[in-house]
Amino acid sequence: MSDSDSKGHIPGEAGIWLFIAGDLVMFSVLFVIFLVYRADQLAVCQEGHARLNQTWGLVNTILMLTSSWLVATAIQAARRQMTRVVVTCFGLALLCGFGFIVVKVFEYSEKIRADLTLTSNDFFMLYFSYTGIHLIHVVIGMGVLTTLMLYSRSGKFAGTKLRNLESGASFWHLVDLLWIVLFALLYLVGAR
Amino acid sequence: MKALLLSRVTAVWALLIIATTLSWQLGHGVGFDDARSAGAAILVVTFIKVRLVMREFMEIRHAPRWMRWIGDGWIVVIAVLLVGLFVNAGA
Repeated sequence: MSDSDSKGHIPGEAGIWLFIAGDLVMFSVLFVIFLVYRADQLAVCQEGHARLNQTWGLVNTILMLTSSWLVATAIQAARRQMTRVVVTCFGLALLCGFGFIVVKVFEYSEKIRADLTLTSNDFFMLYFSYTGIHLIHVVIGMGVLTTLMLYSRSGKFAGTKLRNLESGASFWHLVDLLWIVLFALLYLVGAR
Repeated sequence: MKALLLSRVTAVWALLIIATTLSWQLGHGVGFDDARSAGAAILVVTFIKVRLVMREFMEIRHAPRWMRWIGDGWIVVIAVLLVGLFVNAGA
């Protein structure tokens, strides 16, 4: 990292980190609420877990991790002034995000066809709310990635431009991080 | 280009995929007989993944010490809280 020193380097603008911290606190509360509900209605939640399609969850986790890696690689490429690589990586990350949404649409429609909706029980209320809030993050993130891709086309990555790329990238990594926890809580733990 | 592909972030991505596979296996009866221990192990692996994303992709490892401590502090507190709640609730 070119501008790191003994005091460290904060990627992107300070403002994005305030947002990230706020979002992490909000989701921490949601994670705790989920497990409190689960403790209260263990049988309902275990049945709900069993009715989720874990393969969809796994595919989306791989898509999220890969998109995050592509965005991290785009930042590394920007620091090396590899403009085409930066644009390509953001474009591919965007495709992964699109894939995530397509999988989610399939998953939601599968549940709705099986008569499992927001009002079915507490498990599905939390499942649809949490994954819905996360999906809003994905859509916003895709807007950010599209902006970064277009913004990168002119190259010359330095100073404010590099910081702006880092800010957008940090937001996308947050979206990835939140999904990692949601995948474990909703799909994996206590499902058998 | 080769240096870019063989970078540290690529190794981290591979580790994250391996950890995801491990979580998947733990959730499908590999390693633990009871779902309670398996769930706790899945949550621990999950927060190791979270720390990797934070340190390596979000580049917190280059950030000032106070920021790294806040990040690690959050991970420890939320991981302990979630594992505790999960284990106490039964499985």
